[in-house]
Amino acid sequence: MKRRTFLGGAMAVAVVGHGSSALAQQPPIKIGMSMPQTGGLAGGGKASLLGIEIWRDDINAKGGLLGRKVELVVYDDKSSASETPAIYAKLVDVDKVDLLFAPYATVPTAPIMPFVKQRGLLLMGNFSFQVNSKVGHDMWFNNAPWGPADSWAASFLDLAQKAGGKNMALLTADQEFAQNLALTARDVAKKRNIPVVFDQVYPPNTVEFASIIRALKAAKPDIVYVASYPPDSAGILRAVNEIGIGDDVKIFGGGMVGLQFAAVMSNLGSLLNGVVNYNTWLPEKSMYFDGTKEFFDKYTKRAIEAKVDPLGYYLAPFGYAMGEMVAAAVNSTKSLDQKGIAKYLRENEHKTIVGPIAFAADGERKETATLQAQFRGVKDKDIEQFRSSGKQVILFPDKLKTGDLISPFEAARK
Amino acid sequence: MFSMDLLLGAVVLGVLLGCFYAAVSVGLSVSFGLLDVPHVAHPAFLVLASYGVYQLNDSYDLDPLLAGLAITPLLFLFGLLAYRVYYETFEKRGSDAGVRGIAFFFGIAFIIEVLIILQFGVDQRSVTANYIGKSWRFGEFRVPIRQLVAFAVALALTVVLAVYLSKTFMGRAIRAVAQDEEALRLMGANPVRIKQFAFGIATAVLGIAGALLIIVAPVEPTLDRAYIGRTFCVVVMAGLGSISGTLIAAIILGVAESIVLTMFGASWAPAISFAMLLGVLAVRPQGLLGR
Repeated sequence: MKRRTFLGGAMAVAVVGHGSSALAQQPPIKIGMSMPQTGGLAGGGKASLLGIEIWRDDINAKGGLLGRKVELVVYDDKSSASETPAIYAKLVDVDKVDLLFAPYATVPTAPIMPFVKQRGLLLMGNFSFQVNSKVGHDMWFNNAPWGPADSWAASFLDLAQKAGGKNMALLTADQEFAQNLALTARDVAKKRNIPVVFDQVYPPNTVEFASIIRALKAAKPDIVYVASYPPDSAGILRAVNEIGIGDDVKIFGGGMVGLQFAAVMSNLGSLLNGVVNYNTWLPEKSMYFDGTKEFFDKYTKRAIEAKVDPLGYYLAPFGYAMGEMVAAAVNSTKSLDQKGIAKYLRENEHKTIVGPIAFAADGERKETATLQAQFRGVKDKDIEQFRSSGKQVILFPDKLKTGDLISPFEAARK
Repeated sequence: MFSMDLLLGAVVLGVLLGCFYAAVSVGLSVSFGLLDVPHVAHPAFLVLASYGVYQLNDSYDLDPLLAGLAITPLLFLFGLLAYRVYYETFEKRGSDAGVRGIAFFFGIAFIIEVLIILQFGVDQRSVTANYIGKSWRFGEFRVPIRQLVAFAVALALTVVLAVYLSKTFMGRAIRAVAQDEEALRLMGANPVRIKQFAFGIATAVLGIAGALLIIVAPVEPTLDRAYIGRTFCVVVMAGLGSISGTLIAAIILGVAESIVLTMFGASWAPAISFAMLLGVLAVRPQGLLGR
């Protein structure tokens, strides 16, 4: 297990001048986490970490927290659920960190939930999905905009039904995150009497999707809900383009992980057109709040050097927002008491660069802010096009909406 | 829901997929099947070759297949070097070297994975060519052109390698070293040099196989893990060292996977593939065309 300690920049300390002596004298506040830096989740993990590092540098430039420098203690969990319990035990018992951030994603986070609950520790969640639903830890706060469990599928099916969709096909990866999405999609469909005419779970490492797409097409669905992971998302869209999906399909997408990342979007190019998919932040007018533009200016410069996602929309600003929320709580309670911080986080609405955040009792957002957006007018091999508005039109939620659904799917692809 | 059209489509797509599996396994058939080298780094070499193809395609807009051909000599030299290191450090030292050799090749695979991450990052990479992303229509049935290209090239690669091993002097020498190393030594030939050359050939064919890998789907640094099971399954099912057996086994695996994916549900596909392997080995322990 390789240890990487990220110290706050010395330059930042020098800039604050008078406060620098205080910063240097007191021990730093240590925030510990694991982060996938190798393995399948590394693309997201690295971008998320860069967002957190930018927050650390900003907060240290302003004099730190409680007059103390902020230091990150980060280990690579290799995207593996088996690594994280040992890492978090070490962070708490050996490194004696003051606060814990969760790793990016559901799979590495799920196994540490019993540990933090048992120890009564605050854990800032980082884009996991429903990891606290069964554990019920009251000191868990997820930075992701998911909201109530069924809102994700409900928003997609709202759009689908408005477009005339009456039956659904479900194609999902055999993996925890995708299966959680599939579960809620089946529930919502059942409540709304939408028959599921095709329901397939594909295993990880599926190489070729042409056969699956042929079978899906034969079921003649008019709503196609896909919950996939990055390597598969590209394979599925390629197969859809080559095999076709049928003229009945009103809406396609929903929960495809990967289509939020610059490299995948650039690779797929025009194949993305028409797909309606979830997202978290997009460069549309409705998504800019105090500090958002400044954050992306810094991110864009540092992403090249760090060889991470050059756009960084999906995770990085939420990593920064996680730091902002903790900073607000620590400054308001003037302490590192984890129960006090948790109480503050639960009872207040927090201003962040991704908009206001308020938590429900389960530590998820009170209201969903997960976007459903449709790709439009995307050209091949051009990452820069995704920096301008209009390439992913926001259809949901209403308060952030920037356009209406184009349906059926085949028409939207043109 | 049974449909003859669906079944027929699944068989056609399965044959195409199977030929692709043959292409990515045929190098292993030589290195593991003929030379008895526990080459678990074979899929990592394959992914490395794909990144080489990506680099040439991205920088010089070279067609992926030509890029695969272009890196073949480099891969050959890399194969010679890898075998020499393996031989000097493990094989030369005795009979239990095989087990330790597995650790050696696992180590190599991890090093390759990390080097790819350092150089290219963790994101998926893909290539562009005018046959990627399009399909040919036969009435209602559509076949991805990239799959047809992979099919034709994989078939050609397998046939060329089979002919090389059976008709040329060096090919026969490679087969001879696989059968009886001592006899070859008594005839004055150097079996180590022949094995080194054969390992070079096994690595060189990964130029084309790597090109097919990145043509069929995007690659990422840890993709090798997805192919360890499949490639070894094909080679063992084929009968160790049988090139034509590799093609047949790969097609059987591809068709089985495709039919299961289409007709019975995707989650059964890996189980069915490996159940078939066990079934074949139960009836013919030496594999389909093994002696």
